[in-house]
Amino acid sequence: MMEELALHIMDILQNSLAAGANEIVLDIEEDEERDTLKIKVEDDGRGMGPDELSKVQDPFYTTKRKSHVGLGIPMFKWVAEHCDGHFSMESELGRGTRLEASFRMSHIDRPPMGDLSGTLLSLVVANPGVRFVIRYRGRGEFVFDSKDVKEILGDVPFTFPEVLRFLREYVEKGLGEVRRAI
Amino acid sequence: MGRIKLEDLRKIREETKKKMDVREGTYEYRIVVPMGTSGIAAGARDVLKGFLDAIAEHDLHNVIVTQTGFMGTDVIQPVALVEDREGNKVMYCNLNAEKAKEIIERHIMKGEKVKEYVVSTPLE
Ligand SMILES: Nc1ncnc2c1ncn2[C@@H]1O[C@H](COP(=O)(O)OP(=O)(O)O)[C@@H](O)[C@H]1O
Ligand SMILES: [Mg+2]
Repeated sequence: MMEELALHIMDILQNSLAAGANEIVLDIEEDEERDTLKIKVEDDGRGMGPDELSKVQDPFYTTKRKSHVGLGIPMFKWVAEHCDGHFSMESELGRGTRLEASFRMSHIDRPPMGDLSGTLLSLVVANPGVRFVIRYRGRGEFVFDSKDVKEILGDVPFTFPEVLRFLREYVEKGLGEVRRAI
Repeated sequence: MGRIKLEDLRKIREETKKKMDVREGTYEYRIVVPMGTSGIAAGARDVLKGFLDAIAEHDLHNVIVTQTGFMGTDVIQPVALVEDREGNKVMYCNLNAEKAKEIIERHIMKGEKVKEYVVSTPLE
């Protein structure tokens, strides 16, 4: 259903946003030697108690209206485990949530990363009140912290064309330098 | 060619700030893109990115783009809501990046509703 890991990331970070997170950390690591790709997300949202935490990994659970079945987490988990990887989630009510998924990089069914810069730019620009810390480790490291951008911009909106053009180039080039063709 | 530095954004800010003072920092339109799982699977991210790319291309300062959670129904995803300063709302459905660009060029730049993409079924 989701053809890119970058779309799963978009979806998983929506949960953090829906949980009222003010800070979301996204950490992606390519480990060529171990042939693994790791995606970690940590947020300071409302969190979940132990019961809810085990239920959300089940495909028929959601706290939203009953007409809508929550599938984001079960899908992501399924893809990771299907690709010889692992999936784990930790959460604490009132503190936040941490999620980690890994994939065997060379697994034939592993979805490509896809348009990661598109995902990151959309998230950062369309949620100016949230701090996103993004760390990508591949051939080197690229770190992006939207707080730094916000501090420079002050009251200039993220959606101004000059800012959009800058951010697009900054993120695309920064990721391009460290990302392997995955 | 070296990596571009975040510090370069400071210059951009100074120049943009001048333009903003003239406009008193207000915007005419707000676009909201809902991002539920079904919307994302159907292309909502590319729609949001399409709006941003068109804003950058046409150098528009009169519009902001934000996102929200699931809205509408699964079958009409991806959707986007365009709201003007007076609070008039238009909901567009079954979008893609090209249609997003068209909405920018017609609705945001010319003030005309893009009737072809307006939601025809009432929302709950
Ligand atoms: N980061 C998070 N913080 C708090 N609650 C979460 C988080 N991620 C998921 N949840 C809970 O798990 C539920 C299921 O998530 P998901 O599988 O993505 O489906 P959906 O978002 O459509 O409900 C959410 O509705 C929410 O209650
Ligand atoms: Mg979700």
